[in-house]
Amino acid sequence: MNLTLKVWRQKNASDKGDFKTYKISGISADMSFLEMLDVLNEDLSDKGEDPVHFDHDCREGICGMCSLYINGQPHGPNQTTTCQLHMRSFKDGDTITIEPWRARAFPIVKDLVVDRSAFDRIIQSGGYVSVNTGGVPDANEIPIPKVIADEAFDSATCIACGACVAACKNASAMLFVSAKISQLALLPQGKVEKRGRAEKMVAQMDAEGFGACTNTGACSAECPKEIKQSNIARMNREYFTASVSTEKV
Amino acid sequence: MSWVSKTLNSTLGKKLLMALTGLFLILFLVVHLAGNLQLLLPDDGKAFNIYAETMASNPLIRVVGYLNFGFIALHAVYSAILTRNNKKSRPVGYAVTNASANSTWSSRNMGILGTLILIFILVHLRGFWYEFKFGEIPYVTYDGVTYKDGYTVVSTAYQNILYVIFYVVSMAVLAFHLSHGFASAFQTLGINHSKYTPFIKKLGLGFAIIVPALFALIPIVMFLQNS
Repeated sequence: MNLTLKVWRQKNASDKGDFKTYKISGISADMSFLEMLDVLNEDLSDKGEDPVHFDHDCREGICGMCSLYINGQPHGPNQTTTCQLHMRSFKDGDTITIEPWRARAFPIVKDLVVDRSAFDRIIQSGGYVSVNTGGVPDANEIPIPKVIADEAFDSATCIACGACVAACKNASAMLFVSAKISQLALLPQGKVEKRGRAEKMVAQMDAEGFGACTNTGACSAECPKEIKQSNIARMNREYFTASVSTEKV
Repeated sequence: MSWVSKTLNSTLGKKLLMALTGLFLILFLVVHLAGNLQLLLPDDGKAFNIYAETMASNPLIRVVGYLNFGFIALHAVYSAILTRNNKKSRPVGYAVTNASANSTWSSRNMGILGTLILIFILVHLRGFWYEFKFGEIPYVTYDGVTYKDGYTVVSTAYQNILYVIFYVVSMAVLAFHLSHGFASAFQTLGINHSKYTPFIKKLGLGFAIIVPALFALIPIVMFLQNS
């Protein structure tokens, strides 16, 4: 395949940055999108140019490190991570525009790499269980209905890639925050602290400068882990209930 | 900062106010429609004029009426605040977006739709509410009691085809606004369940089609009656 790539290049956080166009040839349809970028970077290195910086780690779709806003969609046209997006999703001769995640809370580090530590700070504000829950309990010692366990597990599959923020017209982090609030609120170990947790995590989310939710559903539609909108409704319930019921005035 | 203002100033709290005021305005639409459909009764406006007088003279209805203005203002002001904050959350936009792949047009353009509805409301209030209340309008007498003849004001206004078109287009805008807003308000309130949500979404879509269509029917029918 021969492709034209329009890639966002930006030296550092304070640089203005702009698009650079690259022609690339000899791409196999079986390559992943990141492998295609590897080919581009080898070409650039051979020519003595600065390779395109982009985030990646496991390349198995489980770590959440890869990002990229490809042709107007986070992780490209398929509902998957960029590492699991293959070049067969494109046609020979296509022009592909590659941009970094755009959000005030995700400042650009270099080229396509953004700083997603805002997510870490939200987790640090309350996305944990405070007490040591001890060793693995005996099976069925703590009864948890299967549907609840499944629901919590579905929420816990969030890999914090930030596609929800990238997809949202408001750069809102509510799908991420609600998934984290949900996975803990649904299970007995996390339930005890669910009220205060919702308050703290929402406060941190606002402090980081993420936008509000318009319920467009774009986040869930783009989420590689198919995190559902019902998580956001659960977060709202938890937050409003916490507001009127926690001890702290 | 008290816990109330802390909650209402959070992004979730602002959304809560949008949802609650929105749902109130949805209820208002139902009452308003029920009253206005009387314009189409074949009695030269008798039922409508008596109804309008009853509403205007009932102190409870007047209080609710002013509350309604307050909620419209609150809904508009909070949407402006939210939109401004949301824009600030993405200072540099994307060069290429394919938003139609993941969301509906109306869900992404509630602000534009809402602004058009606000313009409609202002024109509508000037044309009818202000005229009924402060304008010089004719009087009619039914069974020895004198009433303001609001019916004549309305039917005169709807002889202007441009005015009719403006109303019909505005109702189409309202339909798109409601097609997202109705179900969205429930989601914001935290009401999302595999049993109820599909019903709420269908109900919202039905409401968004039927209510604006019936509102739009009034000027169309009255225009045709007079021509």
